[in-house]
Amino acid sequence: MNKIESNKGWLFVLPVFIVVAFSAVIPLMTVVNYSVQDVFDANTRFFTGTEWYRTMLNDPQLQGALVRQFIFSFTILAIEVPLGILVALMMPKKGWQASLSLVLVSLPLLIPLNVVGTIWQIFTRTDIGLMGWGIRELGYAYNISRNSGDAWATIILMDVWHWTPLIALLCYSGLRAIPEAYYQAARIDRASRWAVFRYIQLPKLTNVLVIGVLIRFMDSFMIYAEPFVLTGGGPGSSTTFLSQALTAMAIGQFDLGPAAAFSIIYFLIILAVSFVFYTTIMHMQKDKTTQKTGDS
Amino acid sequence: MNWMVWTLPTAGFFSAIAVILAGMTVWQYFSPSIERKGFLPISTTRGDRLFIGLLTSAFFHLGMIGFTEFHVLVATALSVVWVVVLMRWG
Repeated sequence: MNKIESNKGWLFVLPVFIVVAFSAVIPLMTVVNYSVQDVFDANTRFFTGTEWYRTMLNDPQLQGALVRQFIFSFTILAIEVPLGILVALMMPKKGWQASLSLVLVSLPLLIPLNVVGTIWQIFTRTDIGLMGWGIRELGYAYNISRNSGDAWATIILMDVWHWTPLIALLCYSGLRAIPEAYYQAARIDRASRWAVFRYIQLPKLTNVLVIGVLIRFMDSFMIYAEPFVLTGGGPGSSTTFLSQALTAMAIGQFDLGPAAAFSIIYFLIILAVSFVFYTTIMHMQKDKTTQKTGDS
Repeated sequence: MNWMVWTLPTAGFFSAIAVILAGMTVWQYFSPSIERKGFLPISTTRGDRLFIGLLTSAFFHLGMIGFTEFHVLVATALSVVWVVVLMRWG
């Protein structure tokens, strides 16, 4: 393959580079500077070196938040991805039913995050909320502000309700991109419904699924508004996720040094996971192209 | 620049990163990188290996600072060796 490389291309990237420098790079550098100092005000600051990092890495509260964060992210991925594929497979393919179902499925995606939290907060109230009242009437003492199991189940249910449509829409578009000829060939071979899914639809969905998983992982790892509004991180700290623990420290207690050190650790974790996902995507596509050229 | 609360070590760190990036650019200009397969499970370019090296070094530093009593410069020295090995044979 002859790819022409011209360094003039960099000139066109320059405006974006400047914007990113001011919106991301310079603030990030400032956070790094904060993380090695104890800053009181504009003129009073002490160099602390790696002390904040040591404190943060050994802080049981933040370790707890990190573990909860990973459990949460992987739980919602394990539910949303299969469910999203299922929804996409069941959505009508053409006609007004297809348009209607697309609109209905994408509705939750249009609601702002804190409004989602408020909706579920009211929905799960045991005096006026349909879900909370309904579960109470069925005989279970449902209470998200007392029982951490209830709180967890509700937050996961809320996230599944809010974000499964994203996976479903991505998969729906992926499914629509499969040429009819594949299905015809499958019918000629009298392939079962499962075989069609396993050997035609799922392989064709791989790319959109990896993107979907990447977006959902990053988003869920940064989740803040919904649990904050719904449970406030409680009961105790059983649903306090990373960003909320961080905000409490940086804004609530104004411990800018430790909060900055923790931000850097948080950033490195997201960067590492995203890099692994990105490499996986690129790797899979590369494998496919080499396979194709090998076949022909 | 006072609001960015610079310190000597962080200034040194970011200068080093800037020098490495500039150096990589010059190197790439005079001798373009060829993607190849080393001991890493994926084939990588020079820039990929640098990124992997820096990211793993960052986690290595965190591990050393958080859970051992060694001075941070011990971690830095070991990281430099690791990045060089990775750049050459990775």
